[in-house]
Amino acid sequence: MNNKVIVNQGAAKAGGLINKEWFIEQKSLIALIMLVVVVSFLNEYFFTVDNILNILRQTSVIAILAAGMTLVILTAGIDLSVGSILALCGAFAASMISMEIPVLIAVPVSLLGGAALGSVAGVIIAKGKVQAFIATLVTMTLLRGVTMVYTDGRPISTGFTDVADAFAWFGTGYVFGIPVPVWMMAGVFAGIWYLLNHTRFGRYIYALGGNESATLLSGINVDRIKIGVYSICGLLSALAGIIITSRLSSAQPTAGMGYELDAIAAVVLGGTSLAGGKGRIMGTLIGALIIGVLNNALNLLDVSSYYQMIVKAVVILLAVLVDNKHR
Amino acid sequence: MKQPILELKGIHKAFPGVKALDDACLNVYPGKVMALMGENGAGKSTLMKVLTGIYSRDEGEIFYENAPVNFTGPRHSQEAGISIIHQELNLLPDLTIAENIFLGREITNVFGAIKWSVMFDEAQILLDRLNVKHKPSQLLGELSLGEQQMVEIAKALSFKSQVIVMDEPTDALTDTETASLFTVINELRDEGYGIVYISHRLKEIFEICDDITVLRDGKFIAERQVAETDEDSLIELMVGRRLDEQYPRVESKHGTRCLEVKNLSAADIDDISFTLDHGEILGISGLMGAGRTELMKVIYGAMPHHSGKMLVEGKAVNPRSPQEGLANGIAYISEDRKGDGLILGLSVKENMSLCSLQQLSKGMQLDHGAESVAVEDFIRLFNIKTPSKNQIIGNLSGGNQQKVAIAKGLMTRPKVLILDEPTRGVDVGAKKEIYQLINQFKEEGMSIILVSSEMPEVLGMSDRILVMHQGRISGEFTAIDADQEKLMACAFGNNIMEKTA
Repeated sequence: MNNKVIVNQGAAKAGGLINKEWFIEQKSLIALIMLVVVVSFLNEYFFTVDNILNILRQTSVIAILAAGMTLVILTAGIDLSVGSILALCGAFAASMISMEIPVLIAVPVSLLGGAALGSVAGVIIAKGKVQAFIATLVTMTLLRGVTMVYTDGRPISTGFTDVADAFAWFGTGYVFGIPVPVWMMAGVFAGIWYLLNHTRFGRYIYALGGNESATLLSGINVDRIKIGVYSICGLLSALAGIIITSRLSSAQPTAGMGYELDAIAAVVLGGTSLAGGKGRIMGTLIGALIIGVLNNALNLLDVSSYYQMIVKAVVILLAVLVDNKHR
Repeated sequence: MKQPILELKGIHKAFPGVKALDDACLNVYPGKVMALMGENGAGKSTLMKVLTGIYSRDEGEIFYENAPVNFTGPRHSQEAGISIIHQELNLLPDLTIAENIFLGREITNVFGAIKWSVMFDEAQILLDRLNVKHKPSQLLGELSLGEQQMVEIAKALSFKSQVIVMDEPTDALTDTETASLFTVINELRDEGYGIVYISHRLKEIFEICDDITVLRDGKFIAERQVAETDEDSLIELMVGRRLDEQYPRVESKHGTRCLEVKNLSAADIDDISFTLDHGEILGISGLMGAGRTELMKVIYGAMPHHSGKMLVEGKAVNPRSPQEGLANGIAYISEDRKGDGLILGLSVKENMSLCSLQQLSKGMQLDHGAESVAVEDFIRLFNIKTPSKNQIIGNLSGGNQQKVAIAKGLMTRPKVLILDEPTRGVDVGAKKEIYQLINQFKEEGMSIILVSSEMPEVLGMSDRILVMHQGRISGEFTAIDADQEKLMACAFGNNIMEKTA
């Protein structure tokens, strides 16, 4: 009961101090807090340090994908290929590690590979004037096929060498008691936040999504911006692939299937418009956490995984409907 | 003998900041072709939209067959017997001719299945009547533009229309297509249809029309019989308005040559040459579609050119993108503020600094301090009414949006500032402020190209005026020599230079 009172007071204070608009803008944050409060009452294990860190670690992969997706969606694009890039770069990293190529080489090479794969879609979209949905549908299918061919449909183990042990740090390590993937997620969001708010490139992303022809006529190289965002999205997909591969000590050929939709859902839950030009990166983090908390809570509450999907769908629908009301 | 079938009386219509129609009238007589004339923005299209109910009218009455009517939309007016054929045809190229004619009211049996043979037969009758040599089962997209227009007319006839409005019907037609359109119009007139013919082309008006209604600034000016009037008096009726003091021209010494364009040709412009000095305002006049915006976009680099040369301060330039245009010292402020001028979802600050971020950053990082200072300077200088620089620009009035758009161009410190319709959709007060700003830049030695459809604006502001017609320059005047009649005549393609020579 105490918790709830505090939250209410906090909300009232914020509403009075800042203003109603700020309050509306933070509605995804408020939804997240409410969700946390409600689940805390329903299950006593939920609000413990162990479980919170667990949620953060589980959320990190989707959150990192969603960070890249936010850039793409802000330009009024979409990237369906994140799951496929995740799988291919994960497999690539795993086979390098199994060949005992040092982590300091294998990881950067995989990340650059992801950026290159993403830039292919960017070039198709920018230079080939193909719709983003189609272009990334093509690369999604193509790269999943390449992954299957490359892995022959079987998992690739990282092996039992010292190199593999070092590589495992990315998915299972801790720094100051906090899992490495959570640090990476924090770093990615800080970086993207800086990019969007403090660089020209970030400003151009918003401009491009808001009105492409006006951006073009303002003397901005629109093609370069497009290729840039898909490259970054590809790079972050590869990072997510490295985290998953490292955690499991092996790369699964089907890794990341369907993750593009979770990533898009997180972006939308965070209040970013699919029409482009409007949105905040921290909203995406909150959106990803809502999905993460929901998954965790439904597990703790022993809801069957069949019902979980239904609940998730309903929550996303409600969030989007509420969001529309305030436009 | 003259009892109008359609009468629009004292129509008023205001949009935020603009009085589009101010006591506009129009009579349409059966068996007559009525020309509706006026400058760009005189209210012709708005009047037609009020007639069909796309816009609601603030005041005024419409009588059709002597009964007051109040149409709620194009469909409603069409079913009542008034059809409009718009400049851009509303047809679907991937459907057959017959499907296009009967779109939305297909002839069906009780189960809703289309009775193709009946529909084709009916369509064939209409096509025969208009002398169209195509089968109703042919796809519309395979027809030429002129033939597609005939299909629109067939569609109008199929509604048993009594009144047919044609908006600039010959714009996209070849001479032979125009001739066959006129044959059809003559036949329709003989059959007792009332026709409204909207066109900029004086020659056609005298060839095909019986009466003329002139609108100016949304007001009804005159109704004349074609037989009793001539081109000169018609032009006078259209422009007949005095210049007042809202255009405070400043005299300033011209500096050195700033821009030189030699024999420039591109998709919609043909062999354009002109020069522009520092501290000079060059006005570009002409009708819509004369190629003015295209010329400006070519100079800016937003459109490619086939041939010709451009020199900025004596240096040859060849801009292939807006980036290069800006680098050449040319800034272009678009006529289409909402379409490609501003980004309505972003703030005043973000819009204004968009072209100049390179100068407003240190390496990769934006210099927020410098950006704010620069933006606030311009907000003060331009007297932009906005609660803050972070206000979303879509929430500002048209005049203030336009000021931001101009500021955006100026922030790049251009040598040549191209303003394309800088006062379109801007209220009178803001207009005056914009004129004063333009004069201020001129005194500071900037070269300005002012493209405008408003003749008083061009006459009042410019030092020199070019008139364009169908992609070419059809006249060049100094400010002292020019008047509205001369500009209008050139805009319609009558080259005064040739006449007097």
